[in-house]
Amino acid sequence: MTDNAAVVTLKNARKSFGENVVLKDISLQVNQGDVLAIIGPSGGGKSTLLRCLTLLETLDAGNLSYGDLVVCSTDASGRAIYGGKDVLKQAKTRFGLVFQNFNLFPHYTVMKNIIDAPIVVQKRNPAEAEEEARQLLAKMGLAGKENMVPCELSGGQQQRVAIARALALHPQVLYFDEPTSALDPELTQEVLKVIRELAAEKMTMVIVTHEMGFARDVADHLIFMDGGMVVESGRAADVINHPQHERTRSFLSKYEEN
Amino acid sequence: MLGLLMQGFLLTIEIFAVTLIGALPLGILVALGRMSRFKPLQWLMRIYISIMRGTPLMLQLMAIMFGPYYLFGIQLGTDWKYYACGIGFIINYAAYFAEIYRSGIQSIPRGQYEAANVLGYSHSQTFMRIVLPQVIKRIVPAMGNEIITLVKDTSLAFVLGLLEMFNEAKILAASEVSMIPYLLAGVIYWVICFVIEILLTHLEKKLDYYHD
Ligand SMILES: Nc1ncnc2c1ncn2[C@@H]1O[C@H](COP(=O)(O)OP(=O)(O)OP(=O)(O)O)[C@@H](O)[C@H]1O
Ligand SMILES: [Mg+2]
Repeated sequence: MTDNAAVVTLKNARKSFGENVVLKDISLQVNQGDVLAIIGPSGGGKSTLLRCLTLLETLDAGNLSYGDLVVCSTDASGRAIYGGKDVLKQAKTRFGLVFQNFNLFPHYTVMKNIIDAPIVVQKRNPAEAEEEARQLLAKMGLAGKENMVPCELSGGQQQRVAIARALALHPQVLYFDEPTSALDPELTQEVLKVIRELAAEKMTMVIVTHEMGFARDVADHLIFMDGGMVVESGRAADVINHPQHERTRSFLSKYEEN
Repeated sequence: MLGLLMQGFLLTIEIFAVTLIGALPLGILVALGRMSRFKPLQWLMRIYISIMRGTPLMLQLMAIMFGPYYLFGIQLGTDWKYYACGIGFIINYAAYFAEIYRSGIQSIPRGQYEAANVLGYSHSQTFMRIVLPQVIKRIVPAMGNEIITLVKDTSLAFVLGLLEMFNEAKILAASEVSMIPYLLAGVIYWVICFVIEILLTHLEKKLDYYHD
């Protein structure tokens, strides 16, 4: 893959829950090595967007591709048509997701949380998977925690295990849904530091966050979402420092007060 | 006297073990059927569970024992009572176990399924590796109650003429005109339950390495 190839492309995505239209015509593209930040008020559809991108929800209409793999396209009547089981399975190898509340497997040790999917799903060699997990844990600042269970770790440590668990499957893009919202400020910083390091290594990432300073520093591009629409998008620093739309301005001003 | 009671004891243990071996896995299947989105299956399981829990086990045993003959005129051999006993206990207990499994399965947060889904686990891998182990930890106390009840319920097999421990005690008490056989049987039932309580406590401790 060349340096700026599109890792994920979403076009004209629509999603409703009953009468509630949550995504109205959303399009976005993330290229290899890009970091995209998504910000916006509560209920704006950010999580729903990530859930559609990670196939936890299905789109009503729109086109979704991971690289050359077409996951979902729209038929003549405007309805979303998803690929078959094989396509979806293959698509799932291309992304990872880090949840707000970690969702680690509580009955597994830290090590097993990380190596289980590589071994069971990707049929990788257990010894190699374990070796790689150790390296990932060291990178996350969690060396020596291999045999602990999640409930013995702080929230910040749990979230870093969750990041390692996602990375162990070698995704082409890693999604984060408010990865630090369940953490107090000190623990937030340790998680943000890890994500910054990943960005420095040119990991492709899409991050829903309320940490504006972090978004400005780390993201290349930024989307401001409200009411299921992309209200404003552009270079992250530009949008945050010089928002063009009134709604973006009023949203960002609430963060400056803090 | 002790010899006969011991023979009864062995049959009691056999009924107990066969019921657990059959009903513990069957209960999972019934629970999954009960939670199925396929409505006919869901309703079938609901009705099955309702009947099993809503009628006496003793009556169910009799129905299985004599049903084939009264309903279809099928003559079954003298061994049929053992099969009838095994089937009756298994399908009755599977219904109770199913409801316990169901409450356990429904208590597992959605996030666990979603995390497994995104990591690429199949449905069956998610259930066997992620959900079921957590369910087991959560349902040990409720299962323990049922299992203790089962120890004592095995005595219902006497209605089929099986010579389990209660039936042996009854026969001995009549022939020797004595309370002692009942007393001994009672002590043995209690000892079995006591051992099971110890095992359950041990299992709970073993699963206590994490909480969520
Ligand atoms: N499973 C669902 N069923 C029905 N409505 C839903 C569902 N999930 C989300 N919604 C609705 O979709 C809208 C967008 O929700 P979403 O969680 O995507 O917003 P968000 O931008 O992530 O908000 P937050 O910042 O609070 O996380 C909300 O009105 C919400 O009530
Ligand atoms: Mg959200």
